[in-house]
Amino acid sequence: MDIATQPPAPPAPADRPTPAEQKRAARGATRPGDRVFLGLSRGSGILLLAIMAAIAIFLTYRASLVLSKNEGNFLTTFEWNATATPPVFGIAVLAFGTIVTSIIAMLIAVPVSVGIALFITHYAPKKLGGPIAYVIDLLAAVPSIVYGLWGALFLVPHLEGLFGWLDDYFGWTGIFAWQGGAPRTLLTVGILLAIMILPIITNVSREVFRQAPQMHQEAALALGATRWEVIRMSVIPFGRSGVISASMLGLGRALGETMAVATVLSPDFLIHASLLDPGGGTFAQNIAAKFSEANDQGRDALIASGLVLFVITLLVNGAARLIIARRKEYSGANA
Amino acid sequence: MSHATVPVKRPDSLSAARLPRWSPWAIAIGSVAAGCAIGLGAGLDSRIQWGLIAALLFVGVTYALGAKVEGRRQAKDRVATSLVWVAFILAVIPLASLVYETVARGIKVLDVYFLTHSMGFVTSYEPGGGIYHAILGTLEQVGLATLISVPIGLLTAIYLVEYGRGKLAKAVTFFVDVMTGIPSIVAGLFILSFWILILGFGYSGFAGSMALSILMIPVVVRSTEEMLKLVPNELREASLALGVPKWRTILKVVLPTSIGGITTGVMLAVARIAGETAPVLLLVFGNPLINGNPFSGPQASLPLYIYDQYAKSGGSQAAYDRAWAAALVLIAFIMILNLVARGIARWKAPKSGR
Repeated sequence: MDIATQPPAPPAPADRPTPAEQKRAARGATRPGDRVFLGLSRGSGILLLAIMAAIAIFLTYRASLVLSKNEGNFLTTFEWNATATPPVFGIAVLAFGTIVTSIIAMLIAVPVSVGIALFITHYAPKKLGGPIAYVIDLLAAVPSIVYGLWGALFLVPHLEGLFGWLDDYFGWTGIFAWQGGAPRTLLTVGILLAIMILPIITNVSREVFRQAPQMHQEAALALGATRWEVIRMSVIPFGRSGVISASMLGLGRALGETMAVATVLSPDFLIHASLLDPGGGTFAQNIAAKFSEANDQGRDALIASGLVLFVITLLVNGAARLIIARRKEYSGANA
Repeated sequence: MSHATVPVKRPDSLSAARLPRWSPWAIAIGSVAAGCAIGLGAGLDSRIQWGLIAALLFVGVTYALGAKVEGRRQAKDRVATSLVWVAFILAVIPLASLVYETVARGIKVLDVYFLTHSMGFVTSYEPGGGIYHAILGTLEQVGLATLISVPIGLLTAIYLVEYGRGKLAKAVTFFVDVMTGIPSIVAGLFILSFWILILGFGYSGFAGSMALSILMIPVVVRSTEEMLKLVPNELREASLALGVPKWRTILKVVLPTSIGGITTGVMLAVARIAGETAPVLLLVFGNPLINGNPFSGPQASLPLYIYDQYAKSGGSQAAYDRAWAAALVLIAFIMILNLVARGIARWKAPKSGR
C-alpha cells in the first residue's frame, strides 16, 4: 500500500493539542452538545429547588399579608372568620383535629400494615403472596376522593354499631361518649385515613421485610426457633427503621389528606372532649371547605394555614427520608 | 435418598407432640360458633361484639391448647400466626368492600349516554346528565401536566445519575424526596397564590395542570432515576470508547435501554395525579358545561365531578348514583393505566436485571 511505505509526516506544530486543550478533552465537556445537555439537565435540577423555594416564599408572602391584620391569635383562637373586617381566625381547632386524626390513623394502620407485610413475606403460601402484594399495590392508587365517597356513603352508616358499642362500654371515659348523631366525627376520619394509608405502609414495610437477610433467618431456624421467633429475632430488628420511615410516609399522607376528610367530617370550630361528637376539622379539610366562599383576604388566611401544614409535612417527610438515607441499601423510590 | 421405603415423617414431629394440621380451622369454627351462641344467649345486638368474643376465644383457645400440647414457645408462635392472619383479614374487608361498592353502585347509571353527555341544564337532583365534560377536562389537565413534568423530570433524573456529583446533586435528591410528600392541597395553594392572586390570571385547566405537575415531577424523577441506574455501565463505556459524545451516549444508548421502565414510571405518575381533587378544586373550579380550552375559563374534571355530585347535591340519590358511576370510571381509568404500565415494565425489563 502506498500509505504504509511513506514515512509518517511529523505533525504540524499548530495541530498538536496544548496541555490546556488536552485537559479539557479529558474532561469530555468540550463539545457544544455536551455543554448544552449538561446545562439543560442541571438547569432542571435547579428548577426543582427553585420551585420548593418559591412554594415557601409565595405562601409566606401571602400569609404575612393577612396575619398582620388578624385580630385573633393565630395559634389559639377557636374561630375562623377570615372574610370579616377585621379578620379573626386561629388554627387551634385545625391543629388539634389534624393531630388527633393522624394519631388514630397511625394507631390502627401501623400494626395492621406490619401484620399484612409479614403475612405476605413470611406467612402466606408462596403462590398467594405475589398476587396479594400486587392487589395492595393497586389499592394504593385508588384516588382519595373515591375513599371519601365510600367513607361518606358506606362507612359512616356502618359505623353506628361500633359507636354505640364504644359508648356502652367506654362512654364513661368521656373520650368515647356518644350523643347519637351521625358518625361524621374525628374518629371516623381517623379510621378512614387508616384504611387509606394502609397500602402505602404495607408496601414499604413488605419491601424491607423481604430484604431481611435469608442467612440470619435460616440460622435461627436451624437453632430450632419457631417462625415467630425467627421474625422477632431477625426480621423485625432488620426492618425496624424501614417500618418507621414507612409509617412516617403514611403519616405525611394522613396529615395532608383533603378530600376524604372533607367528604366525611361534619366540621365546626370547637374542640370536643369526645371523639364521637361530630365537629372539629383539619388543615386540609378546612381549606377545601372554606375556599369557595372566601374573598381574597379569606384565601390568604387559608394560605396561612396551608403554610403551617406545608412546614409540618416537610418536617415529617424530611425525617422519614433521613431515616431511609441512613440505610443506603433500601431505596424509598417505590414509596 | 437410598432408603426410598422409609416412611416419610414430618420433620417437626421428630421430638415433640404437635397439634394436628386442621386444628386452627377447627378452633376458628368452634370459636365463631361459640361467639354467636354467647351473643345470642346474652342478647347482645352488636355483631362487632360477637366477632370480638369469637376472636378472643380463638386466641385464648389456641394459646391454651398450644401451650398444653406443644409448649409455650410453640403456643406463642401459633398466636402470632393467627394475629397476622387477623391483620390481613381486617385489612381486606374494607378494601374489598370499597371496590365492590364502587362497582355495584356505579354500574347503575353507567352507559354510553352517561359517557357522552355533559351536565349542562341538568340540575344536580334530577337524573340524567353525564361526565363527558369531566373526562375531557381530566384528559386535558393531565395531558398538560405530563407535557410539563416529563421533560423536567427526565432531565433532572439524567442530571442526578449521569452528571450529579457534589452538593447540588445531594440537595436535589433530598428535595425531590421531600417534594414527593407535599400535600396536594399545598401545591394547589402555591399556584393559587402565585398564578391567580399575584399574577391575576383566572381559573383554568392550565392552572390545575401546573399544580398537578408539581405533584408529578418528583414521582417521574424518582422512577426514572431508578431505571437509569439499572443500565449497565459497560454500555456507556462502550459507547464513550467509540468516541461518541456523552450527550449522544445518553440519548442514543442509555435512554433507549431504559425506555420501558421510564414509560412505566411516567404512566404510574399519571395514574397518581389523575385522581387528585384538591388542586383542581382550588384552581380549575369546576364547570357543568363542556369547556374544551384548558387555557381559559373554569373546566370540569372527573375527581372534582365526584366531589360536586356528592357535596353540592343536597343528598339526592340521582347525584349519588352519578358520583358512584364517575368513581367507577375514574378507578377503571387508573387501574388500566397501572396494569398497562406494569405490563410494559415486565415486557421491557432490562435483560441484565433478572
